Amino acid sequence: MSSLPNDLSVGRRNFLKGSLLAGGGLLIGVSLGGCGKPKPTGPGGSPVAWLHIGGDNAITILIDKSEMGQGVYTSLPMLIAEELDVPLSMVKVEVAPADKAFINVFLGTMITGGSTSIREGWGKLRTAGAAARAMLVGAAADAWKVDPAQIKVADAKLMGPSGQSATFGEMAEAAAKREVPKDAKPKDAKDFTLVGKPTPRLDTPNKVDGSAEYGIDVKLPGMKYAALAQSPVLGGKVKSVDSSAAEKMPGVVKVVTTSSGVAVVADHYWQAHSARDALKITWDDGANAHLTTASMRTGLATAKGSPLTARKDGAGAAAMKGGKKTVSATYELPIRAHATMEPMNCTADVHADSCDIYVGTQIQQVAQAVAAAAAGVQPEKVNVHTTMLGGGFGRRLEVDFIPAAVEASKAVGAPVKLLWTREDDFTHDAYGPPAHNSASASLDAAGNPTAVHLNIVSPSITARVFPPVVAKPGTVDPFMVEAAANYLYDAPNVQVDVLRHEIGINVGYLRSVSHQLNAFMVESFMDELAHTAGKDPFEYRRALLSKQPRAKRVLEEAASRANWGKSPAGTHQGIAVMEGYGTYLAAVADITMVEGKAKVGKITCVVDCGQKVNPGIVESQIVSGMVFGLPQALWSEITLDGGKVQQTNFDSYRVVRMNDVPALDVVMIDSTEAPGGIGEPSVAVVAPAIANAIFAATGKRVRDLPLAKSGLV
Amino acid sequence: MLTLKVNGQSLETDASPDTPLLWVLRDHLGMTGTKFGCGKSLCGACTVHVDGSATRSCVTPVENVVGKEIRTIEGLSKDRSHPVQKAWMELDVPQCGYCQSGQIMSATALLERNPNPTDADIDSAMAGNICRCGTYPRIRAAIHKAADMMKGGAK
Repeated sequence: MSSLPNDLSVGRRNFLKGSLLAGGGLLIGVSLGGCGKPKPTGPGGSPVAWLHIGGDNAITILIDKSEMGQGVYTSLPMLIAEELDVPLSMVKVEVAPADKAFINVFLGTMITGGSTSIREGWGKLRTAGAAARAMLVGAAADAWKVDPAQIKVADAKLMGPSGQSATFGEMAEAAAKREVPKDAKPKDAKDFTLVGKPTPRLDTPNKVDGSAEYGIDVKLPGMKYAALAQSPVLGGKVKSVDSSAAEKMPGVVKVVTTSSGVAVVADHYWQAHSARDALKITWDDGANAHLTTASMRTGLATAKGSPLTARKDGAGAAAMKGGKKTVSATYELPIRAHATMEPMNCTADVHADSCDIYVGTQIQQVAQAVAAAAAGVQPEKVNVHTTMLGGGFGRRLEVDFIPAAVEASKAVGAPVKLLWTREDDFTHDAYGPPAHNSASASLDAAGNPTAVHLNIVSPSITARVFPPVVAKPGTVDPFMVEAAANYLYDAPNVQVDVLRHEIGINVGYLRSVSHQLNAFMVESFMDELAHTAGKDPFEYRRALLSKQPRAKRVLEEAASRANWGKSPAGTHQGIAVMEGYGTYLAAVADITMVEGKAKVGKITCVVDCGQKVNPGIVESQIVSGMVFGLPQALWSEITLDGGKVQQTNFDSYRVVRMNDVPALDVVMIDSTEAPGGIGEPSVAVVAPAIANAIFAATGKRVRDLPLAKSGLV
Repeated sequence: MLTLKVNGQSLETDASPDTPLLWVLRDHLGMTGTKFGCGKSLCGACTVHVDGSATRSCVTPVENVVGKEIRTIEGLSKDRSHPVQKAWMELDVPQCGYCQSGQIMSATALLERNPNPTDADIDSAMAGNICRCGTYPRIRAAIHKAADMMKGGAK
C-alpha cells in the first residue's frame, strides 16, 4: 500500500492504517526547536513532523500540507531529504490525517494557506531530518564503538572509519530506541546539496497520465452520486420541496433535504444532475433578497463606526494638517470568485459510529468537525482522507460543501459523492472580499510625504472563519491590513486604520487575501504622489525606501530589467513594489494602447523570497500568481442582483486563457535569508502595475477594479 | 446497451443515450483521467479525441460517438511515453494538474494535424483550455518541445 514518489495517487489514505506504524523501524516526531519527543498536543500545541525509516530502508515522509499545485509534496520532503542525505528518489510521500499533531504553528490549526508551508516546514522538517540523522549516526557509533564524528552518511547509508557500513534501515531499530536529541541542528546553507537546486516535482508523472486522484475521482464500493440544489439567493433556505417528479427519474435513490439545500442521490452522477432539474423547491430568500452590487458598494462607502488603528507612527493622521500639500484618493475593489478548476465536491461514508470523508481540503480539522456534526459522531471518529486538490486558492479553506455529502450518505446508508456544478461553484462561493480604501498624504515642499493615512473599509473573513482570532474587542483582523500595515516608505507620521463592514454574504480568503486589496491602494497612491511631486514613479519610490533595503533592491532590479524609462515609443510602463509573506517583489507592466484599450505586452517581476527550496517550483508559483492576478486586474468581478450572483460560468466570468498571457519575465534574487512565502504575493502587484501604466499612457487614474470598467481595457 | 470504442477497446455501457460522454467515461467506465470543469464546453478540462479531433466530452451525448474512435488521456500511452507527456514531464508543467489531461489532449490533437505549430497556432488551438494555476507559459514551451521530439522520430 505504499505510495512511491512517482505514484502519489495510490495508497495515501492508508498511511496510519497500514503497516508503517505497526512495522517497526524508526518513527520520530520532532517538535519545533528540536526540544525532544512529541508532546501531548492541544490547541496551539507542538507541531510534529513525522518521518519513518523502515527495516527495509524505505523512507517515508508524512506531509501535513495539502497539494494544490504549489508543490508541497516535493519541496517539503526535500527539506527532510537534505538533512538525511538521501536522494529524493528514495523518499516516499504520504499525506497526513487530520490531527492536532499537525497544527500549523503559524496559523493555529491544521491548515494549508497563508503561503506558510515552506516558512513553517523550514524549521520543523529540517529539525526532524537532522534529529533522525543524529539518531542513526548515534546508533551506528554505538554499534561500531566509534566516535559519531567519524561516521559518514550518503545515499541512506552509514559508513564507519574502518569500512563498516549499514543502511539506514539496518540501523533504524537501534536508532528508534535512542532519545530524540534536544540539539539537532539543521545544515548550514553552504552545505546544501538538494535545497536550492531545481528538482523535478514528484507529483508530475501522475498528472500527465490522468492517474492523480482528486476528490472528484474517489470511488468506493456501493457509492452513490449526489447533486445539490442550493438557494439561488445567497443565504436563503429551503421552505418546501416537491420531489415527486425527481424521485421518478431513472436511477434516483432518494431526495434528501440537507442543511445546505436539497440533494438528489442517484446511481450515477448524470442521473442525479438531471433529476435535480425536476425538483420543485420553494425558497425562503432570507435577508439578502434585495442585495445588489450597488447597495453593497454604497454600504462600504458610507460605513459608520470607529475604525481600529493597525499602525500609528509619530502623530499619525493628526499630522496631516502640517504639510504643504494634501493628496487624497479612494480605491474600490469588487468581490471575486475563486474558480478552482475542480468544482467543490466531497465523498462521505457514514458508518454506525464513525465516518470517512474523502475531500480536497486545505483545512482538515475543520472539515473533520463539520463532518462529525453532520454525521452525529465525535470528531475523532471522522477519518479525513485528503486527496489531491484541483486548485485551492483559499476556496478549500471553506467547508460548506462537506455537510450535505455527509447528510446524504447518512440518509441513504451508502457512500455518497456529492459534486457541485460549475454554476453552483460560481454562485455559492465565499467571495474574495470587496474594499473601499482611502489614502491621504501630506507632502512637504519637495513632494515627500510627511504624513500618510490609509483607511481600509472591508468585511472580515477571519471573524466568520476563525472568530477567536478577533474575539477580543479592539483586535485588528490581520488578514485585512496586509500590504498596508507594513507601509514601506519613509514618512515620519503614518496611520493605518481599518473599519470592519459586513456585506451580508460570506467572504473568504482568496489567494493573496488583503494584499490584493491594499497593494492596489498603496501602490496606486504612491504613483499619484509621485506625479503630484513631479517625479518619476520609480525614482520617487526608490528615494523613499531608505529603511527597506530588500524592497529597494527588487524595485531597482525590476526597473533595470524592464528598461524603465527607456521603452520604445508607444509602450508605457507602470511599476509597483510590495512586501508580503516575508517576500519582497516588484513588478513593471508594459502596455500599449490599441484603439483606446490597454494591451498588456509584458510583466517583469523581480522577487526576493529569501532561500529558495526548489527554484523550479518558486518560479512556477511567481508566474502562477501573476496569471491569477491578471484577470482580477482586468476583468474579474462578481456582481449581485436580488441577492443572486450574476456570473455563472466561464462565459460570464472571464479568466486568463493561453492567448491572453503577456510575456512574463521573472527574476529571482539569490538569498540565504529565511524563506518567504511564494504562493501568493505576485498576485497582488499586477493590478497596480497595470493601472499605473494606464495612467502613464492616458493620464487617466483608474481607482476602481476591475480596470475594464474604465473602458480603458 | 451502447458499445463504445475507447482507446482501442470495445466497451459496453448501460448509460442512457443522452448522457454526456464525460460521465460515461468517468462513472460508468471508471476512466477518471478526463475531468469535469464547466459542463458547457467553456474550459476544456473534459477534452478527449473523437476520430482524432479534440472534443469536449461534457457536451457530447454518448449516442453521438457510437462507432467512433474515442481516445482519452488513459489511452495516450501505457507508460507516459507519448512525446507530449514526456515534454510535459521534462518541463514540469502541471501545478494542481486538474486541467492537464484536457491540455494534453488538446495539444496532442494540435500536433497530430500541425507538427510544427507557431505560437499563434498554439494560442488558437489551446484557447479553449483554461488553467487557473497559470501553467500557460510552460504548456506553450512543452508543445514546442513535443513538436521537436516528434520530428526527431520519438514515439
